[in-house]
Amino acid sequence: MSKAKSAYSIPGKKGKLDTHIIVVWVDNEAGVLARVVGLFSGRGYNIESLAVAEIDSKLNISRITIVTTGTPQVIEQIKLQLKKLVPVHKVADFKREDKKVIFKEMALFKLVGNNNKRQKALKACKKYNAVILDKTNKSYVIQVTALRREIDMMSKNLKKLGLISVSRTGAVAMTRGSEIFK
Amino acid sequence: MSKLCTGAEIVFKCLEDQDVEFIFGYPGGAVLPIYDELKNHESLKHILVRHEQGAGHAAEGYARSSGKPGVVLVTSGPGATNVVTALTDAYMDSIPLVCISGQVPTHLIGTDAFQECDTTGITRPCTKHNWLVKDIKDLAKTIHKAFEVATTGRPGPVLVDIPKDVQFQKTNYSKYKKQKKLNGKKHNNFNQKDIDELVKLMTKASKPIFYTGGGVINSGPKASELLRELVHATGFPITSTLQGLGSYPGDDNSFLGMLGMHGTYEANNAMHDCDLMINIGARFDDRITGKIDEFSPKSKKVHIDIDPSSINKNVKVDLPIVGDVQDVISSTIKTIKKTKPNFAKSNKQKISKWWEKIQKWREKRSLDFINSTETIKPQYAVQRLYELTKNKDTYITTEVGQHQMWAAQHYKFDKPNRWMTSGGLGTMGYGLPAAVGVQVAHPNKLVIDIAGEASVLMTMQEMSTAVQYNLPIKIFILNNEYMGMVRQWQELLHDKNYSESYTAALPDFVKLAEAYGCVGIRAKTPEELDDKIIEMLNTDRPVIFDCLVDKQENCFPMIPSGKPHNQMLLGPKDQEENKITGKGKTLV
Repeated sequence: MSKAKSAYSIPGKKGKLDTHIIVVWVDNEAGVLARVVGLFSGRGYNIESLAVAEIDSKLNISRITIVTTGTPQVIEQIKLQLKKLVPVHKVADFKREDKKVIFKEMALFKLVGNNNKRQKALKACKKYNAVILDKTNKSYVIQVTALRREIDMMSKNLKKLGLISVSRTGAVAMTRGSEIFK
Repeated sequence: MSKLCTGAEIVFKCLEDQDVEFIFGYPGGAVLPIYDELKNHESLKHILVRHEQGAGHAAEGYARSSGKPGVVLVTSGPGATNVVTALTDAYMDSIPLVCISGQVPTHLIGTDAFQECDTTGITRPCTKHNWLVKDIKDLAKTIHKAFEVATTGRPGPVLVDIPKDVQFQKTNYSKYKKQKKLNGKKHNNFNQKDIDELVKLMTKASKPIFYTGGGVINSGPKASELLRELVHATGFPITSTLQGLGSYPGDDNSFLGMLGMHGTYEANNAMHDCDLMINIGARFDDRITGKIDEFSPKSKKVHIDIDPSSINKNVKVDLPIVGDVQDVISSTIKTIKKTKPNFAKSNKQKISKWWEKIQKWREKRSLDFINSTETIKPQYAVQRLYELTKNKDTYITTEVGQHQMWAAQHYKFDKPNRWMTSGGLGTMGYGLPAAVGVQVAHPNKLVIDIAGEASVLMTMQEMSTAVQYNLPIKIFILNNEYMGMVRQWQELLHDKNYSESYTAALPDFVKLAEAYGCVGIRAKTPEELDDKIIEMLNTDRPVIFDCLVDKQENCFPMIPSGKPHNQMLLGPKDQEENKITGKGKTLV
């Protein structure tokens, strides 16, 4: 048996990692985002993307959407720890594969090049609700809304068509149908 | 129309409405308005410490021994950063503290002003919640909320940061009405079905064990009473974590002693071999579980805890019950009485084999040590201290290290709230200021800090506080001139390379005591130990007791790192019997 040179135990087996989207309803007050994000960094959880904005100006409620990965045990801990924070009202958790939930991210692409290239780029974006927000003789700014992996793929493919700048948001999520998360 | 109050007045009105009697604090530029107001509030007594960390630990000692929240008042910048260790300590051990800190005036926040720091930023990860009060209208509401957050659910520290200009501003104060119903987060989240399931598991089990922790203490004295009733009603063995000591009588036959890294052989083996583990208010800490993959492999596990995030954090359990320990135990006892009136008797046969096995483990006498007639063995010193104080309703605090474990092993507690030790954070220097706080809460009781010479030097300045307020605390130092636990690990794991664990140039503790204006006593031999302890107990002033103990003694039994519960390292007596010598003494 190996001699452990530590006052602490050796790490146990690691479980399988899943991607989850965690939605947190919070009081929109000073420092609330720091509390949520600090909980993730302090306990060693991942944040893949983050989206936050006030959704109810009367009640001062903000909605934070966090994409994270972790073992089922870690995901459970994240939820329970979040619920303990005083300004947190409720916490929802969806698996990325969940068919009952819509996930969307938005991205802005700036493309520079001749008309031919730009038309090709626009065509490639068509599937993803492309909107031209700005147009000059040699450039486009295109807005798309899509899934994370689709935007990943697009930003790779558009490189050869004159993509010079990408700006993208974190994912936001909403359940399908008439139900809302209580 | 009611009179307008300044922010400083509101602070005191809030504290009065919360029935606060003592504040532990230290003045400074950014809290001067609050200190100025102090003279108008006779019901509140301020205890002036010598360092803000001391204020925090004293408030912890006060809170743990009295069951009431501890209140700390510090200034901005260094005042706030100095209290961070104590806040973290309180957070780890679930102690209710309300810390009020001064802050630079609002218009200077963010300008790197003199004695400015981002107090709410720094204390965010070590408090349950904190607030920066920028508007005087929010002040009263915030302070009352702070008390609510600190004391409800799983207790813990909170901090309210008040800029100096807010302390001067004026507004109305309306008297606070304590709400009967807590509108905070719900705590009890179990139903009768869970209790029925628990009782079912109990009736099925042939090798059951209760594993209890600080949650029983935090739930209040009634919880400890109910725990005793539950143990009698079932006949099950019980073991306790470091923090839970005192919730069940330490000298009762059902009690297997403390478990964990330095727990008894019988407690740890019982935890490993049991078929039903009932965790009441403990949190499967890594000092308890050892190697997690091999932790109690064959048992069904029940976890009773008020904090849902404690459940399944380290160990997966079969039956979680989220609720206040007192309420859960009370329902369980009721259910047992109703469905199995003579459970302990009828079940005796079923668990008799289990008790026989435990008895075998007990016969190892894992806490034994080889005593000496020449040098004082530290375990012997704690045993003598126990024997000479056990009839006095004594309050014990400790520092952190070997002496802490020896105190936990050899001092037997039979009441809750008598044992104050830094378990989670393991803060050296905790015990002396904590003793100050305990003595403040219980002026006529015997309060002893079982200390190590290294730890106690970290907060030694608080002796001055004890002298100022005539707090007759007894600092019982097991002096081996080493950071004993560090030295022990170096002996066992680092080939006896005692890197920086010896303290040369220690002060003369007797003279130090005299310099502080208290009494110094030294014991050098086992022969004189009893007389010296009695001399200490008969002194109605603060005492520093310098007990010179064996420098080489190690704390056994222990679970070496990365090992499960059933692979304990026993003391030198057992090792001699098994002919393990020299290198074999180090880890297998």
